[in-house]
Amino acid sequence: MEVLIQNVSYITWQMLVMWGIGGVLIYLAIVKQMEPTLLLPMGFGAILVNLPVAVEGTGVQHVLDALFSIGIDGAELFPLMLFVGIGAMIDFQPLLTNPKLMIFGAAAQFGIFFTLALASLLGYDLRDAASISIIGAADGPTSIFVATELGSKYLGAIMVAAYSYMALVPLIQPPIIKLCTTKAERKIKMQYKGKPVSKTTKILFPIVVTVIVGIVAPDAVALIGFLMFGNLIRECGVMQSISETAQNALANLITIFLGITIASRMKAADFLQVDTLIIIGLGLVAFVFDTFGGIMVAKLMNLLTKEKINPMIGAAGISAFPMSARVVHKLGLEEDNQNFLLMHSVGVNVSGQIASVIAGGLILALVKAEIGG
Amino acid sequence: MRVDLLMEALPIMGTGYLGIFIVTGVIIGIITLLTKLTKR
Repeated sequence: MEVLIQNVSYITWQMLVMWGIGGVLIYLAIVKQMEPTLLLPMGFGAILVNLPVAVEGTGVQHVLDALFSIGIDGAELFPLMLFVGIGAMIDFQPLLTNPKLMIFGAAAQFGIFFTLALASLLGYDLRDAASISIIGAADGPTSIFVATELGSKYLGAIMVAAYSYMALVPLIQPPIIKLCTTKAERKIKMQYKGKPVSKTTKILFPIVVTVIVGIVAPDAVALIGFLMFGNLIRECGVMQSISETAQNALANLITIFLGITIASRMKAADFLQVDTLIIIGLGLVAFVFDTFGGIMVAKLMNLLTKEKINPMIGAAGISAFPMSARVVHKLGLEEDNQNFLLMHSVGVNVSGQIASVIAGGLILALVKAEIGG
Repeated sequence: MRVDLLMEALPIMGTGYLGIFIVTGVIIGIITLLTKLTKR
């Protein structure tokens, strides 16, 4: 009885707030089915690490610390392993059919750099500003990788923001897209020229991209290498069962462990700070300006080229794969039920996946050069 | 407001965003070449 009273006395209002946040994440995962493999363990973990017993430093915290140390802090094992699964999921055919789509993938990284400037202006040092800005990569593993490499003290908030916004892409992007485009622009139909792509090209693509990135942006090579390794498993044609395992079992298991490991950094004392709110706000700014950047470059290309591009596909250059492509496709159909943008938006979306990793590598290289790390 | 930190970040912002387009351009070029070379 005495122990029970003692444990109850440890409960603080901050813990109760974190239980509430955990409950919201679990609600979103189960009822709204938003990224359940990630939000469910994150929500449960947020409750778990904010129990009085956890504060006392019992086994729970030790296990979570061990997972954090192996999976994130040390060799960044979780984000890299997750990239093998993501690589195995991605079919790069729409991109290989029309490589020019990669321009929009590059353009839609604008939010990262805009947020870097904004976070710096708000007083975050270069290391933290860069780590916060990479939320705009719309790619959880890249955000974790960069923030860990740069040793940001806001890793917990960055991870939560990155994954939450990825899940919220269907809510964030449509109003921005509508604000940046006219009805006539959203109705532009694009012909899909489904040229066949040889198996040799599909096999050589991941190898060639890894080599190019390895030479041009070496800091991104771990991320791009594992992403492309997953894709090579998919495309080689002789590892079908492994490819399916990587896409499903491996990716889901790693995501679950990643979710609960992220939650280990959601302790009330660290998480309930003004900085967390600012970082979550800056993450939203990054997503908004990513979308804006992609659309604006598409509009610019419309001024320069004869064949018109639906500027909405520029918004799919935000990495969040495949939600962003689906959002754009759905908006196209809303304007005109015969306007099928899926293949174009998927091509741009997978380009965004590559471009966000390159952006992460470039940020790492440039910031390390500046701070001498 | 820390204008000094902003000034420190601006060159990274410019170089980084431009850098993505350069790397992307190289990849587009290589993919186009690869597709042509492996066309059946």
